[in-house]
Amino acid sequence: MTEEAQVGTARVKRGMAEMLKGGVIMDVVTAEQAKIAEDAGAVAVMALERVPADIRAQGGVSRASDPDMIDRIIAQVSIPVMAKARIGHFVEAQVLQSLGVDYVDESEVLTPADYANHIDKWEFTVPFVCGATNLGEALRRITEGAAMIRSKGEAGTGDVSNATTHMRQIRQQIRHLQNLPEDELYVAAKELQAPYELVKEVAQLGKLPVVLFTAGGIATPADAAMMMQLGAEGVFVGSGIFKSGNPAQRAEAIVKATTFYDDPDVIAKVSRGLGEAMVGINVDDVPVGHRLAERGW
Amino acid sequence: MNQPVIGVLAVQGDVREHLRALESVGAKAVPVRRASELAQVQGMVLPGGESTTMDKLLRIFELQAPMRERIAGGMPVYGSCAGMILLADRIMDGQVDQQTLGGLDITVRRNAFGRQVDSFEENLPFAVLRDGEEHPYRAIFIRAPWVEAVGPSVDVLASVTTGPAAGRVVAVRQGVLLATSFHPEMTGDDRVHEYFADMVRRRAG
Repeated sequence: MTEEAQVGTARVKRGMAEMLKGGVIMDVVTAEQAKIAEDAGAVAVMALERVPADIRAQGGVSRASDPDMIDRIIAQVSIPVMAKARIGHFVEAQVLQSLGVDYVDESEVLTPADYANHIDKWEFTVPFVCGATNLGEALRRITEGAAMIRSKGEAGTGDVSNATTHMRQIRQQIRHLQNLPEDELYVAAKELQAPYELVKEVAQLGKLPVVLFTAGGIATPADAAMMMQLGAEGVFVGSGIFKSGNPAQRAEAIVKATTFYDDPDVIAKVSRGLGEAMVGINVDDVPVGHRLAERGW
Repeated sequence: MNQPVIGVLAVQGDVREHLRALESVGAKAVPVRRASELAQVQGMVLPGGESTTMDKLLRIFELQAPMRERIAGGMPVYGSCAGMILLADRIMDGQVDQQTLGGLDITVRRNAFGRQVDSFEENLPFAVLRDGEEHPYRAIFIRAPWVEAVGPSVDVLASVTTGPAAGRVVAVRQGVLLATSFHPEMTGDDRVHEYFADMVRRRAG
């Protein structure tokens, strides 16, 4: 009667993201930062070599992290550890899976390794999260096997405006699908450049079939709470914590604001005495060729 | 009392899935983030999520003490995965200062089955459920804990049957406290929630 156990099923992969909902995932570049993030109440950490603000400042090709650094972070914390692979770089992803990371972020923050194809994520046991700026992009990533989606925002800026745009765009396109008569979903699928079955599923559910987080430019508790009110199911914070004046306190404040995102009294209380937020740059001041959100398609 | 009011701890985790499952078995399901909301419910579900995060938020938002009082007062509680950890009296492989609500006389080992690449689904014999003798329960384990040891008044309801972890205890009950290592809220098979809602109905009389 009893069947063999199965690993790496869609339910197991998507389910992992369900467990992160309502939580904050924090970028860390050292084991010490990972410990600070865990102590602040992060639901997971994202291990990477440089936070996006430094990638932006220093330039050069940005790649998956050093395995030793990922090992140290895995050894340091008991919460899930995510790590980034370059878009299309399936071998970096294989390495991350072999290291035992719990989620791979196929990320536009790193320099793409393939300008035509993303990774075939169905081939892996480890689940993937991918960025998206709109519904069509989100559905293409899900078609390729992504088990979690995050809005891209514009990483490393501390400017939340692009994350807002992307969240609003994805949610608005979902509402549009819900209002379409069924016989117009075929053309909608064509326009979204996404499979009809998936488009139909979104129209019926009124949401993506996977968890939707936000990312890119979140720097304050109020930023996190606003993205939650806009329909994000959780928050990635990159440079916003460890590029600020008091990372431990800011990290905990963002965790609290994400749980009580609809209670301005709580958000006001946790926003006090945090010191300097990251300085940040306006997305408009980033030259077009250097905007990370435009990587991936 | 046909429609018990059951809360789902909503500080972090897969709250919505539990609310849906509880509604589908005829309960009125409400999210609980404040002591005032806790006071309105007849039973509680502690969802899946990150147990260390939930522990911190329970303390920060002053829910830990009221939850412990309600558990001591005999409120039925069901914990899945992270919720099982929160209900356990003793925890292994937790964070250094990690606390639980306690009440359930078990020792639970956190992330016992391994990392996410080891997460799995499997059919479990789960006899106390409706049709449990004939129809096994498809259980989804995600970085799941297992029960390392149980006290004398704890009933073991289900154990893993295959693989290297065969024999490990993954579902227990002690009085009005129920816990599973896995996630019934994710399968659409709502028999575990049905079983818990019946516990709440009986308790409320």
